[in-house]
Amino acid sequence: MENLHALLEEGKQAVAQADNVKALDDVRVQYLGKKGHLTQLLKGLGKLSAEERPAAGAKINEAKDELSDALNARKAQLEGAALEQKLASETLDVTLPGRGQQLGGLHPVTKTLERIEAFFGSIGYTVEEGPEIEDDYHNFEALNIPAHHPARAMHDTFYFDAHTLLRTHTSPVQVRTMEAQKPPIRIICPGRVYRCDYDQTHSPMFHQVEGLLIDKDISFADLKGTLEQFLREFFEEDVKVRFRPSYFPFTEPSIEVDIDRGDGKWLEVLGCGMVHPKVLEMSGIDPEEYSGFAFGMGVERFAMLRYGVDDLRLFFENDLRFLGQFR
Amino acid sequence: MKFSEHWLRELVQPEIDTQTLADQLSLSGLEVDDVEPVAGAFSGVVVGEILSAEQHPDADKLRVCQVSDGKETFQVVCGAPNARAGIKVPFAQVGAVLPGDFKIKKAKLRQVESFGMLCAEDELGLSDDHGGLMELAADAPVGSDIRDYLKLNDQIIDVDLTPNRGDCLSVAGMAREVGVLNKVPVADIDCSPVAPQIDDQIEATLVAPQGCPRYLARVIRNINPGVESPLWLQEKLRRSGIRSIDPVVDVTNYVLIELGQPMHAFDLNKLNGGIQVRMAQQDEALTLLDGQEVKLNSDTLVIADSGAAVAMAGIMGGEPTSVTDETRDILLESAFFAPLAIAGRARSYGLHTDSSHRFERGVDWQLQRRAMERATALLLEIVGGQPGPVTEAVAEDQLPKAEKVRLRHDKVTSMLALEIPAAEIEEILTRLGLSLERNGEREWLASVPSYRFDISLEMDLIEEIARVYGYNNLPVRTPRAELPIPPIAEAKVNQSRVRAHLISLGYQEAITYSFIEAGLSKQFDDQHQPMALANPISTEMAVMRTTLWPGLAKAVQYNQHRQQSRVRLFEIGQRFVPGTDGLQQQNVVAGIICGSRQPEGWSAANDKVDFFDLKGDLETLLALGSNAGRFSFRADSHVALHPGQSAAILLDGELVGRIGALHPSLQKSLDLTGPVYLFEIALDAVVDGRVARFSELSKFPESRRDLAILVSAETPFAQLREVASENAGEYLKQVTLFDVYQGQGIEPGRKSLALGLTWQHPSRTLNDEEINSAVSAVVTALNEKLGATLRD
Repeated sequence: MENLHALLEEGKQAVAQADNVKALDDVRVQYLGKKGHLTQLLKGLGKLSAEERPAAGAKINEAKDELSDALNARKAQLEGAALEQKLASETLDVTLPGRGQQLGGLHPVTKTLERIEAFFGSIGYTVEEGPEIEDDYHNFEALNIPAHHPARAMHDTFYFDAHTLLRTHTSPVQVRTMEAQKPPIRIICPGRVYRCDYDQTHSPMFHQVEGLLIDKDISFADLKGTLEQFLREFFEEDVKVRFRPSYFPFTEPSIEVDIDRGDGKWLEVLGCGMVHPKVLEMSGIDPEEYSGFAFGMGVERFAMLRYGVDDLRLFFENDLRFLGQFR
Repeated sequence: MKFSEHWLRELVQPEIDTQTLADQLSLSGLEVDDVEPVAGAFSGVVVGEILSAEQHPDADKLRVCQVSDGKETFQVVCGAPNARAGIKVPFAQVGAVLPGDFKIKKAKLRQVESFGMLCAEDELGLSDDHGGLMELAADAPVGSDIRDYLKLNDQIIDVDLTPNRGDCLSVAGMAREVGVLNKVPVADIDCSPVAPQIDDQIEATLVAPQGCPRYLARVIRNINPGVESPLWLQEKLRRSGIRSIDPVVDVTNYVLIELGQPMHAFDLNKLNGGIQVRMAQQDEALTLLDGQEVKLNSDTLVIADSGAAVAMAGIMGGEPTSVTDETRDILLESAFFAPLAIAGRARSYGLHTDSSHRFERGVDWQLQRRAMERATALLLEIVGGQPGPVTEAVAEDQLPKAEKVRLRHDKVTSMLALEIPAAEIEEILTRLGLSLERNGEREWLASVPSYRFDISLEMDLIEEIARVYGYNNLPVRTPRAELPIPPIAEAKVNQSRVRAHLISLGYQEAITYSFIEAGLSKQFDDQHQPMALANPISTEMAVMRTTLWPGLAKAVQYNQHRQQSRVRLFEIGQRFVPGTDGLQQQNVVAGIICGSRQPEGWSAANDKVDFFDLKGDLETLLALGSNAGRFSFRADSHVALHPGQSAAILLDGELVGRIGALHPSLQKSLDLTGPVYLFEIALDAVVDGRVARFSELSKFPESRRDLAILVSAETPFAQLREVASENAGEYLKQVTLFDVYQGQGIEPGRKSLALGLTWQHPSRTLNDEEINSAVSAVVTALNEKLGATLRD
């Protein structure tokens, strides 16, 4: 038994010297395995007397436990170090760019359109759409613009034949809605429109959003309030708004709206007016019972003002370097 | 409509400056486009008289002039070809400053001293004319400041009038508005009758009285054709944008601008017999004043003599009967032509004149006699002559009716959300020339003056009240409305969701033109004859697209030509497909990709996109509506697509779209770097989805078997899947394809497909025998129907 102590010390030293999990396991087998040194000592207890045996056994078990603890501690230490090393080897340059697709983006015209739709949608206007190839009746006649009306000269119209044309505004959608629905009506009509005109500030194709509200007791004041608030919220600025009399055959009174964004210059941004009683009548709505207002705005114009774009033609070149700026 | 501010202020004198006046007009609906000074900013220029002009000793083109300013004589070297003794010209003296801050100093030109400069019109900013020195009238007072002499401290106001305000197409009409806006009186223009001096009269017959219900004519004999129009007349016309021609034409133009009545003068001796106002005969010939020869349509009103048409009524006179510098006797015309008889006619001949512009919009139908007297008086003053009596032919029943319009005070109040006092309403309307009579409590009857063609309804009157009251002075509020809950179809995928989805997949939204070049259209679709515009803006924008592909392909081309090799675009818009059931205007979503699969980067392989990249993107789009299972793809050729990489997209077996690789020869002809892949599908097919429906989850384990199948290389996977699905029993949950292989170890003409089949029972565990028998049923069916075998 005198060498128990030496054996334990020797085992502890072997544990301390083991520098990996495998070596440590060998130490465990060597001392604590079935044929290990300490196990052998236990087996040798049979040679002792019954009086000596319990005390000796207890001592050996104590030594075994002590060595076992040392082994476990060493093992945890080695595993921790190994993990640390493994993790260190897995270090990434986290500043490298990620993998996968780049985000695409909305066209600035759509972006503007969706924004306009959101404002009016939030107060109960629904979106209505219609055909772009229209008939003369819905584009002109039903809007109080009979053939040869001088106002037709204000619309440079693309024709297919005498009765078929590309809509010059989205107002035909309003007409179709009034024909189909009973008041109250609250709609906006976004979409492409066409005019036979092409230069830096005119495109033969552009986008409009028109709005229509018909209900009882709708007045000029309601129109002013709606558009003033819209313009301030759209630009997120306290823009000055001015209402100027104008002429559209389908509204009366007719108004053009100018804004001043603080530089003292008035910019025309939209046209509007109270729906003309004849237009209401033609669509089967009694102008004595109902009144309403309509407005129309060029989406490209709003996009240009909002984002500072200075050339209308950029919108239809689809240059990725341009489009990518509106992500 | 352009006019001189001085001229306006001769008739009405509001105490406001030019800018205030311009703003006031704009805010009352008469939009001022531009205000420009009638001359450039200059000083120190006087009326000079050239006393002598000698050839310069050393320069062929220069002359040495002696010029008087009334006090002294100065030597001035001048290069103008018309510099000659005896004429009066603008003389910029030493110390003068011309437009552009050009200072006149003493100078030496080729050794000869020069004290000042003689000026052409453009040098004073009066016009673009640089034809020679501006020659002033013989009676111009030598030495007086040219700005005073020509009344150059004046502005040209250019008003862009809306088509309803024909009544403002004259200085008198503008003055009336200014009077209303400022509540100041407006002077009358003297139109008192001129007594006839001779008896000559010409007969006028109204053959088409609905088009011309009033025609006035007057003979004036023995005018002096050698006279020039006086400076004041020339200047007023110039400031209205009208060039001086001869006194007779100038006077008719003057009355047009002053009163708004278009007039015409014929050479009396070139007319044959009396005047008839009639419709043209079809193809009747007429040579117009501008020299153009036209064949008239029978819808065109003409002035004719006993032989032929001599003028296009209200549009333009004829050349053969026009006044020339030899004309001694004239016939003056002042007529009312109905707007509907003139509207659109000028345009149909490619014409637009000051006269047609006014008649289309409506000329005061009680103005003709006043205009005739005014023009006669002016002509006598300038060219002399003896006037005859005025002939007037009138069809009273065809003249417009003086409208009486009912106006309710309550309606004004409800439309404007403001109670405007009755007295104020009355004042506004009365100053505008309407006469009001009370029609019971809070109601009037308003008589509309003969110059207002835009007032026939109560709303027209309310508009006038609002306009003059000032739109910006009216109250502001927001509408009050009921708040019903709107319908929202859950099954419908929002369009913005479709866009957002494609954007997440790396697509950039494009907007391309709806009209394209006809040839390009045919290259992308040879099945439909596209709708062609009758008046396209260019051949590149001539026919309506039947597919969005041409526009997207052109957008790719545009970007590739600008070093953007990787392009991913989509567009949502209408295509216009003519068919047997008429034109279909259908919203579609289309996409196009080319270049590398992933953006260039440190980790990405440089692989180019292929068909399955696009198909994969499309399949996620089709899944948005929870309807993916109803879609299928079938190989199907298309003119724009690679014959081996082209598929029809079917929804419940119906064609809804296409996907494929752009045909290499089309790609080449568009100068595109390929390969390029495209898809297009009806938007409804994507957005019309379904509402989700829960089905019970099984608590029991799934069983999976993998099969390697050998089959002819021609056999589409879709068929294999179909046969497998149909024969795998009712508990089959899923079929996946996890490998496709062709090449070494596989017989040529065959391919190996690795299928993973998964089964699951809702309420128990499937046993091996059940799975094995399902597998062998699948294998047998694949063999029998498709000649497929299991790979060893």
